[in-house]
Amino acid sequence: MNEVTQEGILKLLCQRLTGLTKADFEITSETNLITQLAIDSIKLLNLIMEIEDNFDISVPVNALTDVITVRDLADLIYRIKSESK
Amino acid sequence: MSLLEKLDQAAAARKAQLPGGIGAFGIPIEAIYSATEARIEGRKILLFGTNNYLGLSFSSECREAAHAAIDEEGTGTTGSRMANGNYSGHRALEAEFADFYHCRSSIVFTTGYQANLGTISALLGKGDVALIDGDSHASIYDGCILSGADIIRFRHNDKDDLEKRLRRLGERSKNTLIIAEGIYSMLGDQAPLVDIVNLKKQYGSLLLLDEAHSLGVLGETGQGLVEKTGLNHEVDFITGTFSKSLCGIGGYCVSNHEQLDQMRYVSHPYIFTASPSPATIAATRAALKILRTATELRKVLWQNAEQLYSALKDIGYQLGPQPGPIVAIILDNPEQALALWNGLMTANIYVNLILPPAAPEGKSLVRCSINAAHTPEQIHYVSQVLSELYTKLH
Repeated sequence: MNEVTQEGILKLLCQRLTGLTKADFEITSETNLITQLAIDSIKLLNLIMEIEDNFDISVPVNALTDVITVRDLADLIYRIKSESK
Repeated sequence: MSLLEKLDQAAAARKAQLPGGIGAFGIPIEAIYSATEARIEGRKILLFGTNNYLGLSFSSECREAAHAAIDEEGTGTTGSRMANGNYSGHRALEAEFADFYHCRSSIVFTTGYQANLGTISALLGKGDVALIDGDSHASIYDGCILSGADIIRFRHNDKDDLEKRLRRLGERSKNTLIIAEGIYSMLGDQAPLVDIVNLKKQYGSLLLLDEAHSLGVLGETGQGLVEKTGLNHEVDFITGTFSKSLCGIGGYCVSNHEQLDQMRYVSHPYIFTASPSPATIAATRAALKILRTATELRKVLWQNAEQLYSALKDIGYQLGPQPGPIVAIILDNPEQALALWNGLMTANIYVNLILPPAAPEGKSLVRCSINAAHTPEQIHYVSQVLSELYTKLH
């Protein structure tokens, strides 16, 4: 796999979230997952499974408690991916 | 957002799903006539949405045992097992559960929810891993959260996905508790236990199986999926509830690990709650005695389940993957599910309505539960009504 960057993860998340939520506005790094995207818990947990498989990492469900924006999620994934190397 | 505004937001979301304030959730039951009939909104309603799988809720043996226990020991224990609430009935029921599963020991909890909460939170701690099926019951999620362990989900009933996640964990798999359920409450399907046991051995993990919906339903003596698959001694911890086939309230954990006894000193959901009432324990003991030899009731239950499942399949409904006492009709959206639920209520049939995000994969469910007390005529009537409603929906 190519070198994983924070920006690459952000781009992937924005694409996936656009498909998942059918948002009629542009999803950016600062988009709030709950208040703006209204993503329900099951959709978010299923997205996490996809991300785990995509990056071959384990993302604990309880690590999501501090995730509010798309950037928070990207940072979390990047941190776990970096630590797993 | 204030604390109270959060509740207002939840209420608004519920109202949006159920326009007109239709009471599908928490519907008041005015009188209960039998294991299959009740009065709701002044009408006699057929009950096809309970967890009364063996139909024992009005068993004379259980009622007599409960009456006698009230007369002899009073209405409640007023304290926890660690203090003044450790009666001989609690200890006897624990011995009976251990004997039933041919296991070393068992612990009785005050509710089934607490059995999972108390067992999981006592076993796991910070730095450990809970590897749970994606469709796990809330009591499993909450037990994992209480433990502080890392929670990783695997795709529902997918052994390859479970293995992938175990492999990723590396050495951490040895500090991992895999959690699955005998029968899943949403779709009524059974865990691939043989594969899960093989994987837990291969990766050095422990396994907890929740038999809440499978107790009394699967296996020659009704132990659950462990008995059906012959894997009783391969599962490290078996939990379950008294509130379904046993028609009481409470829960249990059985195990061959000697450390199970130590849970009594570290499990907050066990320690900091009042013990089950004497009537509950006495009725549960009587029900367990019946359940162990209820071969005929189990046979009738499965005949009933297969009658409804095949009838609905023939009509064209999309159902859960295998027949069983939970027959889930899968619908594409909440509106369809609500229309079906309303149609059934109009025909005097109560079932469960399950809307997103409670149902898997964003689907909506109308869930029928079958029991051994249902007659073929009652099942035929439900099938007929659902056939008419199918035509209206499509």
